Formats: sequence, structure tokens, C-alpha cells
Amino acid sequence: MKSQVVLKIKSNIKLAKNIFLMKIFGYIENLPVPGQFINIKIENFFLRRPFSICNFKEDTISIIYKIVGKGTKSLSKMKPNKSLNVLYPLGNGFDLNDVEKRGKIILVGGGVGIPPLYFLAKELKKLKINFEVVLGFTTYEESFFVKEFLDISKLHVASIDGKIGKKGLVTDILKEISHDYYFTCGPLAMLKAVHKIGKEGQLSLEERMGCGFGACMGCSLRTSTKVKRVCAEGPIFKSSEVVF
Amino acid sequence: MSNLNVQLSSMMLDNPIIPASGTFGFGYEFKDFYDINILGSMVLKSITKSARFGNDTPRIAECKSGMLNAIGLQNPGIEAFLEDEVLKINKIFKKKIIASVAGFSEEEYVYVAKKFNDIEIVGMLEINISCPNIKKEEGKFFSSEKNIYSLCREIRKVVKKPFFIKLSPNTENVISVAKAAEDAGANGITACNTYFGMAIDPRNGKVVVSTKKAGFSGPAIKPLTVRLVYEIFENVKVPIMGSGGISNSDDVIEFMYAGATATQIGSQNLINPTVCKEIISDLPKKIKKYNIKSLKDIIGKSHY
Repeated sequence: MKSQVVLKIKSNIKLAKNIFLMKIFGYIENLPVPGQFINIKIENFFLRRPFSICNFKEDTISIIYKIVGKGTKSLSKMKPNKSLNVLYPLGNGFDLNDVEKRGKIILVGGGVGIPPLYFLAKELKKLKINFEVVLGFTTYEESFFVKEFLDISKLHVASIDGKIGKKGLVTDILKEISHDYYFTCGPLAMLKAVHKIGKEGQLSLEERMGCGFGACMGCSLRTSTKVKRVCAEGPIFKSSEVVF
Repeated sequence: MSNLNVQLSSMMLDNPIIPASGTFGFGYEFKDFYDINILGSMVLKSITKSARFGNDTPRIAECKSGMLNAIGLQNPGIEAFLEDEVLKINKIFKKKIIASVAGFSEEEYVYVAKKFNDIEIVGMLEINISCPNIKKEEGKFFSSEKNIYSLCREIRKVVKKPFFIKLSPNTENVISVAKAAEDAGANGITACNTYFGMAIDPRNGKVVVSTKKAGFSGPAIKPLTVRLVYEIFENVKVPIMGSGGISNSDDVIEFMYAGATATQIGSQNLINPTVCKEIISDLPKKIKKYNIKSLKDIIGKSHY
């Protein structure tokens, strides 16, 4: 059940270069699941901004975002206690049915595609499912949540500048470790590469959205079966239906 | 009778609040947010003869006080709409809807429009001759009065329900197109669709939307469309649905004073999914404050 609510900022801290962690709290009636997102109204901007949920605990939703334009720049300057109008929870979560029968599971995240995988990792941990994580960053300065993932998983890290983890791409690591099933989120080029070399899995896709809940059809994409809206039928897609 | 009700052609509406085509999906996208049965009616996404994906993405861009879209008439096609969507809509909406018809030739419009004759939930049709997001050669047919007259004549021959023509604001002859539609038997005019616009990213000089030119909507277009509704009202006798940048009850009242019998709420639904509900609950307070006895009394009042 989707709803429009006013929540308050609990904290909004810089995690890495241009990357922020924002916690927002309030009465959370409809519990989100990993893979879902929220859509925030930012004053002086017409359209809302979608952010995947990085964590959820009792009355608090966490998001991690990167400053990519004026909207996120404005978000980064917001102080605790400020009210935010939020639509949530939007989209569908990762499909965890039969996840225990999937064999060796791997989570592959790149840059600001990493946050929803943290929420997923915590959920898998709760379900007592074994998994490994591969994270990729462009530079050390832009890396975040490495410790948080280390606390709950076996972790592999790659960076293009080579200053954290292995120098190279996440797919270089993915090629070396065996897996049966993957969950991934990250930049399009990375998703394409994971889709190509990975076995079977689920991908969290992104597209420019108007509304975030299926009304405007701005974010449609072609899948192997039919046209789907990233915000309403996605953002999680099975590897078998993704057409790159 | 409530003091919000209006008679729109054959439809008696509880209030003049109607979500605009393309901004309300097929209705059920909004059912989590509020009971959509409070609406006057709703106009669904335009339907063409065959299924359409629409344009390539990105097909949305943000602007100051509005947005650009270039969806390009994505829809499942008339057969799939009648088979799947109508059943779903029937379950959640108890009033009559307004079906939006689009096409690329007179024959296609007539073909699709006729299909709604026996669909009970459809109270009337809105003929969308103004989607700005189709190829130029496909679109220019409908900026000619002669072609619109002919189209409306052909639709009139086969369609039993009332139909409105949704005009484009992007032609110089909006008023004469409206008159041609009325002369040929259209039961009303929807004014208007989105305005041609464009956005370029200053960081790299790239046009943001894939089609380059796109349809601009949002609060910024309201005065442009109020002017059009005002002028169309002076030139036609059929009712007008006003649509352009409405975001609150004052905007609705303004459009009705200009000559609209009902109003359509568009892009505001996308950023505030409960905007129609908020307007419907605010209108009684507003008309009391402005000493308006009944909303229908103010239709076109600014002209007298």
C-alpha cells in the first residue's frame, strides 16, 4: 500500500565525496522491503526525486544519495528536524521467494547503486541465507559503507583508482568467484556487464521518472515479455526479462 | 444537489474535478492514495488502434514551474484495453469515465472511437488531436480546420456518445479549429494539451528529452491556457473542459470564470497524488468565502 506522508529528517551526513546518508523518521505505516524506493518532494523543484531505501528500522528510513544536480544539492543542505513530503514505499522489492534454493548468492553493487543491496543484505542475514558481496567504486574518496557490509557479509571490493580493494571493475572480481544467483544495482554499464557474465539473477534498473507510481509512463522499458514501467512493475527485473 | 455539481454535456458531475489524460494512468494507480470515486470523472490514457511503446527514454524532464514529457502515446491498444483494463477500472470506479482516443489517421480515430459505443463505463469520449509527441508529418494533419471538420463529421456518424475535441495550443488557429469541431458535431472542447517546449542541460549542451521537442505542462502554463479558454468561450456554444497548470481550488474557479464547465488536473497529479482530493474538499470552503452560491453559476461569468 503506497502512501504520501510527512516525515522528518533525523540526520543528514556526508559519507564520502558528494555522497550523503539521510535518515528520515516518523510514523511508518507501510513497511518497505529491500529494493523499494521513496519519492521525495524538494522545495522549489517541480518533480520529486526517487531514492532507493538503504535501510529501515522501526520508525526510520535511510537513503544514501549522491549530489548529481540542483535537487540533490539542495537535499544535501537540509538540516535535522526539517519536514519532508515523501511517497513510499514505491515499486517492488527483490523477489526472495525460494531464495534458499538459489545456491550460492552474490550481491553486486556499484556506486550509489549499493544502498538497496545493504537493505537486501540485512534481510538475507535475517533469513539465514549465505551470500557474498562485491562492491565497486570509482575512487577511494567516493567509497562508503565498506565497514557496514564487512560486519554482515563476506566482502570483495574493487575500485577504478585502485586505492581501495582490487584495482579494476566489479566484474573482474565477479569473473573469479563462483556463484549461482546474483542481485545487482549500479550504473548501466555495470549492469550490462553483470547481465552478460553473471549467471541468473535480479537487476534493479533506473530510468528518469515523472511520478514514481505508474501514472505518467515516463519510465517505461521494453522487456522480453512486455513493456513495463520501472517504477510500477520494477525497479527489480529478472535477468531473463531484461533486454539490453 | 450539491453546490459543486455541473452538467457536462450528457454527464452530471458531482464536481468539476477530472484528472487529465496521461497523468492518471488507468485510475488504479491512485487507489492507494484515496477513494477515486469522489472525482467528477476521469480521463484515461489515450488509446490507439494498436499497442504503442511510445518514444525512447528519457521522456521526462523537469523545468521551473513545470515539466516536459514526450511519452508518445504509450498504450496497450484498443483490444487489450477493452479486454483487460476496463474490467480493472470497473472494480474500482463506479462513475462514468471519459475515454481518450488517439490515432494517426481519420480512419484510425473513427475505428477506435466506435469501439467505445457499447462500453458502459464510458460516459463520453475525448478525441486527442493534439499529442505534441508524435512525428511532425503525423501530427500536422490535425492543425487544419478542414481536416478537423472532416474528422468530427466521421466520428459523429458512428459514435453514439458525446465527444469532446482536445485542442493543441501550438497552432495559430486554435479558435477556428474549435469552431470547426463544433460545426461538425463535437459536443465540447478540451482546452488544451501541452505546449511545445525544450530543455537543454547547461553542463553539456545536450537536449534532455530523447525527442528533443516535448510537451510542457505545469503551473507555468496556466495563464496561457486561461486566455485560450476565455477566447474559445466567446466563439463556441458547446461546453469547455479547461486544462492547463491547475494545482488548487482557486485555479479551478479561475478557469470556470473564464468559461470552463469542468476542469482537468494534469501534471500536479504526478507530484501530489492527492491533489484532486484536496481540491474537492477545499472547493466548498472557497466558494463560501467568495460568496458563490453554486459553482455552475460562475461558468463564463468573467465575460458578462
